[in-house]
Amino acid sequence: MSFGNVLAMEWIKLRSLRSMTWVLAAGMLATAALGLVAGFNTRSVTSDPTSNVLAGVILGQVVMGVLGVLCVTSEYSSGLIRVTLAAVPRRPLVLAAKACTFGALALVASEIATFAAFLGGIALLRSSVPHPALSDPTVLRAVALTGVYLALVALMGVGVGILVRHSAAAVAIVIGGLFVLPLIIGPLSHPTGRFMPELIVGNSLAAVKPVSGFGWSPWLELAITALYPAVLLTAGCIRLTRTDA
Amino acid sequence: MGQGAGMIEARGLTKRYGATLAVDELSFAVQPGVVTGFLGPNGSGKSTTMRMIMGQDRPDAGQATIGGRPYASLRWPLREVGAVLDAKAFHPGRSARAHLTALAASNAIPRRRVGEVLAEVGLTSVASRRAGTFSLGMAQRLGIAAALLGEPPVLLLDEPVNGLDPDGVRWIRNLLRSLAASGATVLVSSHLISEMALTAERLLVIGRGRLLADTTVTELTARGHSLEDAFFALTEGSVQYR
Repeated sequence: MSFGNVLAMEWIKLRSLRSMTWVLAAGMLATAALGLVAGFNTRSVTSDPTSNVLAGVILGQVVMGVLGVLCVTSEYSSGLIRVTLAAVPRRPLVLAAKACTFGALALVASEIATFAAFLGGIALLRSSVPHPALSDPTVLRAVALTGVYLALVALMGVGVGILVRHSAAAVAIVIGGLFVLPLIIGPLSHPTGRFMPELIVGNSLAAVKPVSGFGWSPWLELAITALYPAVLLTAGCIRLTRTDA
Repeated sequence: MGQGAGMIEARGLTKRYGATLAVDELSFAVQPGVVTGFLGPNGSGKSTTMRMIMGQDRPDAGQATIGGRPYASLRWPLREVGAVLDAKAFHPGRSARAHLTALAASNAIPRRRVGEVLAEVGLTSVASRRAGTFSLGMAQRLGIAAALLGEPPVLLLDEPVNGLDPDGVRWIRNLLRSLAASGATVLVSSHLISEMALTAERLLVIGRGRLLADTTVTELTARGHSLEDAFFALTEGSVQYR
């Protein structure tokens, strides 16, 4: 059995769920729509319009994280995981294939959503506000990395899903960790806040103008963000291989 | 095929859940060519044993092999072992055809087998429907279709007739007997004595995780008045929930 066989199985599973397609499309639409609204509402000449029109990522990350969770936990709630592991007893291959297929799908969807948000949002900017363009490498980096961020959140969802196995608990952890924790920790402790993915995307990855407290390179910030799914997936892999299905 | 081809073997299989000993040094061999019934009261360790044979649960001691090899080391598991451990083990939002197509892809089983097994279990007309809308009987048939996908010489079925109508029960009985007649190894668990009397030739009887008898239906029936009497005589003292 090769990894290609396992990838094929997971890819067929992904594309054969109508709910997956619809929720993913809704998430992309919400991300882009929020970009249009933010573009229209940008009035300050000194603001960062690129960062503003990418604000939809705050909604998009919830959809990506939850879908990542569900593509794992739905196998546990239905009992399908036992069938999957009977077909592929080498368990790390199953997790790797899930992460690769859903990660790739999430990345493509996220890039489409962030570029749509940018192009639509900029088109609605008032003429008094400076218009950023994708020909500016800094702007292009901000839009592209914001899409990568969403795919990383999708992988965090996969990691939490494989660790927790229960849909409701895993969704609560992803939303709590991503959404609620920064709201509490951000204002309380700036040194800790700078390691929170949601604050990293808003203040560094999606930003063209430097934000105080986020002086590191956006690429370094992206690497910090990538540590979250890396650690979660590694821990999930250990749990998957060491414990009963 | 090599020595012991298609044989399911357990040697000193033991599984503990906390303080409970679910399976207690269980040893047996299941031979090809006959249907072997795996009989025991609820909670006697049948499902746990089957999960350990399938490499799903790790035994605390002992080992289980299929054709001399642990399940996890099989090269194309679905082509060597077909199993139904849980009737509803599919995503309710996915069609029966997509479910089977995904499984076929994992073990490089030709696509045409999907259509063939759907026809064999009688699900062709509903193959594109969301499997979540299936009745328990249809779900059992989908599970069996998945088990037959790779034309495996070994089959393991955990309580396959639960919730089936008389027609479905007879269909499974005939299917298992014909598979065994063509040389397959068939291990089927049940707590329904009468059904085992009709389907199986050999019997493994367990209670409280221990092997109580490794015998044939004929032998066991000869001992008592009926298979049911013989079963109760055997399992007396090892029934936990009554």
